[in-house]
Amino acid sequence: MGDIMNKKMFCSGGCSAKLGAGLLSSMLNKIPQSYDKNLIVGFKGSDDAAVYKLTDELALVHTLDFFPPMVEDPYIFGQIAATNALSDIYAMGGDVKTALNIVCFPENEDFNILGEILSGGNSKIIEAGGVLAGGHSIADDSIKYGLSVTGTINPNKILKNNTPKVGDVLILTKPLGIGIITTSAKVNEASTNSIDLAIKSMTTLNKYASEILRKYKVSACTDVTGFGLLGHLNEMLSSTSATLYVDNIPYIKEAFKCAEEFLITAGGQKNRNFVGDKVCFNNVPFPMEEILFDPQTSGGLLFAVDKTQVPQIKNELNSLSLPFGIIGEITENKKFKIEVNNGGKYYD
Amino acid sequence: MIKINAIGDVCPIPVIKVKNAMKELNNKGIIEITVDNEIAVQNLSKMANQKNFQIISEKINDKEYKVTINLSKEDVKCELIQDNNINNSVVVISSDKMGDGDEKLGKTLLKSFIFSLTKCDVLPSTIIFYNSGAFLTSTNSESLEDLKTLENLGVEITTCGTCINYYNLPEKPEVGSVSNMYFIAEKLLNSSNVIKP
Repeated sequence: MGDIMNKKMFCSGGCSAKLGAGLLSSMLNKIPQSYDKNLIVGFKGSDDAAVYKLTDELALVHTLDFFPPMVEDPYIFGQIAATNALSDIYAMGGDVKTALNIVCFPENEDFNILGEILSGGNSKIIEAGGVLAGGHSIADDSIKYGLSVTGTINPNKILKNNTPKVGDVLILTKPLGIGIITTSAKVNEASTNSIDLAIKSMTTLNKYASEILRKYKVSACTDVTGFGLLGHLNEMLSSTSATLYVDNIPYIKEAFKCAEEFLITAGGQKNRNFVGDKVCFNNVPFPMEEILFDPQTSGGLLFAVDKTQVPQIKNELNSLSLPFGIIGEITENKKFKIEVNNGGKYYD
Repeated sequence: MIKINAIGDVCPIPVIKVKNAMKELNNKGIIEITVDNEIAVQNLSKMANQKNFQIISEKINDKEYKVTINLSKEDVKCELIQDNNINNSVVVISSDKMGDGDEKLGKTLLKSFIFSLTKCDVLPSTIIFYNSGAFLTSTNSESLEDLKTLENLGVEITTCGTCINYYNLPEKPEVGSVSNMYFIAEKLLNSSNVIKP
């Protein structure tokens, strides 16, 4: 079973398989856009999901995501792919309603594997409070799976990804290093503990973090996936900059050692090529730079929130099962979009 | 010299193949590797640069890049360090004073301790400054000259970044580097001899 799950997708599984952001945005800019006043969030602002207003209090949130396996166990892969697809609804501040399966599967393969993948995915749809409503499958030479998800949201309470307020603190709700650990696992260089933590992180719904942060003054929110922390943060900072502190950033500790051994992905280097010149690293060790560029599969929410609310939100986020971090703050627009400092800073 | 064909290999496989070749060559000689994409060239360059090896890459065509890594570089710094009798002990300065008691005396003692280090026959490998120790590497410290002397003798000087931020000191210390807790913990764990005056 492990063999077909690994075939042809060695290090390109999960969100590492994303097309590079540079290529993508130059192509998208050439596509003419039609206009509908009820499409209140489209692909123009590179947000996480599209929002279509139905009434003054109700809007639909649409998103889809699918990718090749990055773990051997098909049930867990299904859970990860579904958790990742559902995440975009939570990054907008919405609630999940229906989901459709997206499947690519080799015709001559054991269909029990597909059954496991779909069961894993369905378990997460149910946990999200949604319902599986159908799907579409294609015969293909390698496995890919994901969901198209529809949710609902109050159009006045949308959490956009590019509207952070100067002075707000930045919070990340899952540890980084997922790409490095899953890649290292493929060459037997990651410990069981780290792999287990990576899987726990990838299969944890962003629902729980989203339900907490909605209660606070959040000025911007996104989820961290294929473009890595720095790529997604850069998308967030349209007319502002950000300062980050290395000691505040949650990451799977072993990822540092793996990056030190250069167990790094092509996706991470693509991210470096795309946003590297917008980032100023002050005495940051090389492995940490790699962790900050590392593509995440089903990563955490990254959001900007009013500084005065730190004590309360910290308290609530402590109830989540994964480590989170107050990683830095939003500043006025500077020469570099993102400044990363070695050391830490206290926020209370 | 080892030749590697990594056409069709995705990252990090080309890097792993080169690392294995380095071991085989005992870090001496030349490795020539062929890869099929530019990202792999960039990942190989990152490794070579981190390890201070010379690297040259050449694009043969869109699907073929030849990368040559030269391992035969003498590590000059290593020899220097041995000449100066540096052992692997680590000195931790966790306060701007030495010992308990009168503040003025404590500060004088610490200044004198750092001066004395410059005159020792055997030097520590690293001096780590944290908590109020961070003041010692900052602008108004009276030990800057002595610390610069130690740094020139090959002693690594480093200050905790969290502490610099906490005490609102200038971001860059006057001497040595800024480090994080991961680095500090590693240093302390890997040293058989930690000295705290």
